[in-house]
Amino acid sequence: MTRKGEVMDQRTDSGAASPILKGYEPTQGVADELFDRDGSLRPVWRPFIDTLSRLSVDDLTDKFERGKQYLRDAGVYYRQYSEDPLEEREWPLSPIPVLLHEKEWAQICDGLSQRADLLEAVMADLYGLARLLGEGHLPASLIAENPGWARQMVGVPPRGGQYLHFLSFEIGRSPDGSWLVLGDRTQAPSGAGFALENRMAMRRIFPEDFPRAYTHRMAGFFENFRDALEGLSSFGRDRPHQIGLLTPGRANDTFYEHLFIARYLGMLLLEGEDIIVQNGEAMVRTIEGPVPLGLLWRRIDTSFADPLEFDPDSQIGVPGLMDAVRMGNLAMVNALGSGVLEARAMMAFLPKISRVITGEPLKLPNIATWWCGDDSARSYVSDNADRMMVAPALSRDLPFDSNSETVRGAEPELAHLLADPAPDLVGQEAVTLSTTPNWRETPDGPRLVPCPMTVRVFAARTPRGWTFMQGGYARIGPEGDPTALGMQRGGSVADVLIVSDKRVPEPAGPPPTTGPGDGRRVRTEAGALPSRAADNLYWLGRYIVRFEDAARLLRAYHLRLATTDTPEDPILALISNFLDPVGIDTGQPIPDGLIQRLLWAHGCAAKIRDRFSTDGWFALNDLVKTARQMTQTARPGDDAARAMSVLLRKTAGFSGVVTENMYRFSGWRFLSLGRGLERADTLAAVLETFADAKAPESALDVALEVADSAMAHRRRYALEATRETVVDLLAHDAGNPRSLLFQVREAEMLAEGLPNARTADRPNAIIRELLPLRTQLEIGTPADLTTKALEEVRATIANASNRLANAHLR
Amino acid sequence: MLYDVTLRIDYTYSHPRDQTRNLLRLLPIDIPNLQRIPEWKLALTPLPSERYGFVDFFGNNVTSAAWHSPIEEVKISLSFRAERLTEPARFMMSPDIDQLGHVLASLRDATPLSPLHFTTPTRRAPIETVMTNFAHDHLAPGLSALDAVQAIGRAIYTEMTYSSDATDVDTEALDAFEKRAGVCQDFAHIMIACLRGVGIPAGYVSGFLRTFPPPGKEKLVGVDAMHAWVRAWVGPEVGWVEFDPTNNQFAGTDYITIGYGRDYDDIAPVRGTMRGVGRQSSRQSVDVQPVEA
Repeated sequence: MTRKGEVMDQRTDSGAASPILKGYEPTQGVADELFDRDGSLRPVWRPFIDTLSRLSVDDLTDKFERGKQYLRDAGVYYRQYSEDPLEEREWPLSPIPVLLHEKEWAQICDGLSQRADLLEAVMADLYGLARLLGEGHLPASLIAENPGWARQMVGVPPRGGQYLHFLSFEIGRSPDGSWLVLGDRTQAPSGAGFALENRMAMRRIFPEDFPRAYTHRMAGFFENFRDALEGLSSFGRDRPHQIGLLTPGRANDTFYEHLFIARYLGMLLLEGEDIIVQNGEAMVRTIEGPVPLGLLWRRIDTSFADPLEFDPDSQIGVPGLMDAVRMGNLAMVNALGSGVLEARAMMAFLPKISRVITGEPLKLPNIATWWCGDDSARSYVSDNADRMMVAPALSRDLPFDSNSETVRGAEPELAHLLADPAPDLVGQEAVTLSTTPNWRETPDGPRLVPCPMTVRVFAARTPRGWTFMQGGYARIGPEGDPTALGMQRGGSVADVLIVSDKRVPEPAGPPPTTGPGDGRRVRTEAGALPSRAADNLYWLGRYIVRFEDAARLLRAYHLRLATTDTPEDPILALISNFLDPVGIDTGQPIPDGLIQRLLWAHGCAAKIRDRFSTDGWFALNDLVKTARQMTQTARPGDDAARAMSVLLRKTAGFSGVVTENMYRFSGWRFLSLGRGLERADTLAAVLETFADAKAPESALDVALEVADSAMAHRRRYALEATRETVVDLLAHDAGNPRSLLFQVREAEMLAEGLPNARTADRPNAIIRELLPLRTQLEIGTPADLTTKALEEVRATIANASNRLANAHLR
Repeated sequence: MLYDVTLRIDYTYSHPRDQTRNLLRLLPIDIPNLQRIPEWKLALTPLPSERYGFVDFFGNNVTSAAWHSPIEEVKISLSFRAERLTEPARFMMSPDIDQLGHVLASLRDATPLSPLHFTTPTRRAPIETVMTNFAHDHLAPGLSALDAVQAIGRAIYTEMTYSSDATDVDTEALDAFEKRAGVCQDFAHIMIACLRGVGIPAGYVSGFLRTFPPPGKEKLVGVDAMHAWVRAWVGPEVGWVEFDPTNNQFAGTDYITIGYGRDYDDIAPVRGTMRGVGRQSSRQSVDVQPVEA
């Protein structure tokens, strides 16, 4: 035992030895991660604190900025609900990790492993014989009234035999230093992908030997889980089935994580509309037709999973999905209906259920919980209201969430709540969470400040039992306020390092990184491209070119506007009349219609972010941002023309990043087909107008500019442009990459590479459109390509596009 | 009573629909001592690409059907014979509604017949203060749960006007209540909401009513289409009773039950989704003829 005086001395000692800890004073009676109950620095932190102490505040600020930069470069973001749903927020990573010793961690995992088995047993009982209810270990009303309980799943055994495969636990350290489970996440736990990103950032902030070499790696966890999922998907089957991650879509607050996990694990990122169910089999709609799906890792709640059997208003589910589950053809991670376990009142009964089912007490207790449906529990909560957190019994919020329905003892509402006889409340002991150092601005400059925290622990089922992510995801609240842990209200997150006394060996094999945010881990791109992704790639290609062509026309317009003094100039009128029907008003320097094209492209790209590089995404965002800014500043004439040149250069940058770096796979074909067909269509339209016999002669120059072929024309013909030379160069010249023939040839070649391009050597409908057109352009002359003929060319291109959509995109 | 029942529902789509998938809850269930369905036939046109049947949690017969290729219409044709037995006499002892809560709290049962599924608000039958107050206004102190069901049912029958123009299939119970008008579906949802509001578990019954009344009796309302009424749990002795607020009577041998749910969503005759745009229109016709013995 240490006497009080010694405690003080020790802390002063540590403080003196480590100037970084100056002013770091945990509250009396609250556990702290840095200092144990006796006030001594926990040994696991010592080397890390030494590292920090060797650095100046400026050095630290620089280091921390590196982490932020990484997260920005990687594009890590989250969304805040209740504002613009598509606004992306910077990821609030605290640069100071939480350090836990591997021995302590092993104990936590051992306790949680027991808990995970218990949850599985409870789940199996609730959807099976319901003995727990019959024997009175769990009030029947808590289940029958629980919106998370899916009646549809009663008596439906999960494929593979188990209901739960991926869980997370929210744990906190109580004042006596022991750990408590604060909440179980069983429906669709989030945070594992973010935890991994936190780690990537942390390794950039602290590349030092300590903590890096002494920290357990996280990657193995995902590898093991991925293998387990593959096992589950192919369980009892003779051919491999696809694995997909089912996301609610990009408006979800954790969409980034879905994107990240799908990319990291090489699994399909699917939205409801990607999947159809036929004859009890779930299938991905791909460009090659439906492909069977063996497993879905769902990130949507059960109630949204299938509008036919759950919430009929769901727009993000799959009609018939429950059919596939009922017939035992589709494995779900986790099983539908697993949200029933998240109700807060479950915590009141799990300790006893553990003894009933396993004969053993919980190794890691959960937060003390009283269900007020029981009269004696209710009076206990009432009598001790000042140290209670009270919430609806079936609330699924975590007790320390900032947006949770929890009412704390001190608040006057509580007495009122407890007076109501309705038994649908739970009381939970208002434990004081431990604090951990967080880097904060203070009046004396930035320093370490003790802030309350909880830790999220991730568990995955493998054939060898539960495996735990070695590390986790800490949620940190502002100093002195343990009720604001959620990021939605200014909380932050931190990496949790599991530290060994010895060096942790590097995992075998190549390091799992190829650069920020990119496909970190190379897996074979298994299976076919989903139709929705192909559709978005195709239209991304079309919209980008549509934007680019309009920008060229606008540049041509403003260049002429700058040098003419007659507003009725026939060329200006011709361009205006050409653009007007497609929604572009030349009266605006940066027309709304132009921006709209870009936003359409951006919309397509956002839906398939998992399919191209982060660099490409940022290039596109930059393009949008620039264009929007220009609408505020650009003036007609030279200025607008220069603006267009800037936009065209940035577009070329985006296109370059995407097309240069994209693997030559089906996705690339659709993107390129979109670009090619759009370009061919514009060329035909431009020739139709600007090379028409009735058009003024100088209109031919506009055609050359739009096709970016003025230089080529000068070099090839060395004379004034005539209709013949211009049409020859822009339509018939196979050597000119901006010619109609070139584009049609390319499109035909791309189409030849698509699935089912030919049956018994007969080309499919798309090629049957393109082949005669290509021939016509190859053997025809400019004289044949009349305005009328060009109209037909455009109709053929439209037909080819429709045939493509019919064959592959729906 | 023996009945021959036929039902036709035709859906027509303005544009061909791809990947149409329906769940039909149309085949009546067998109920021990109350209802037998000796024969039935359910025909779907065009022929579905897939079709199978299963029994849902509440014991209802569900037909799952899907058409993989585009279709422009779906015709549903159901015919069955039903035998409705006279309900055996029950000892109508029912606790006071104030006592019902304690009884419910002691139940250890979440099987399909348990009243605990029917106590909390659902999407179509929410608990709303105005409806709960309305229900309370029609209850005398010390009323048994069974009498309360009748009192609330009568109040709804009296206050509400039956009107097929006032609401549609998606109208919320509260809207219909505020209009004081609607069809059997609205009457049923309002009554369920009222009963749950005062602590009586209540659910939705979907079915048919005989087309022509027995000689000397008036033709009932709701005979030209499918019908809906309410069941309520009035204590462990009596269990469930069925009351029709549209006609202010307990459901007897004039009624043929398709199945049960917490509200319409659980037992909707047709739940469907399809890919594609455009509107759909539907027509329904029902005939319920007593069979002379």
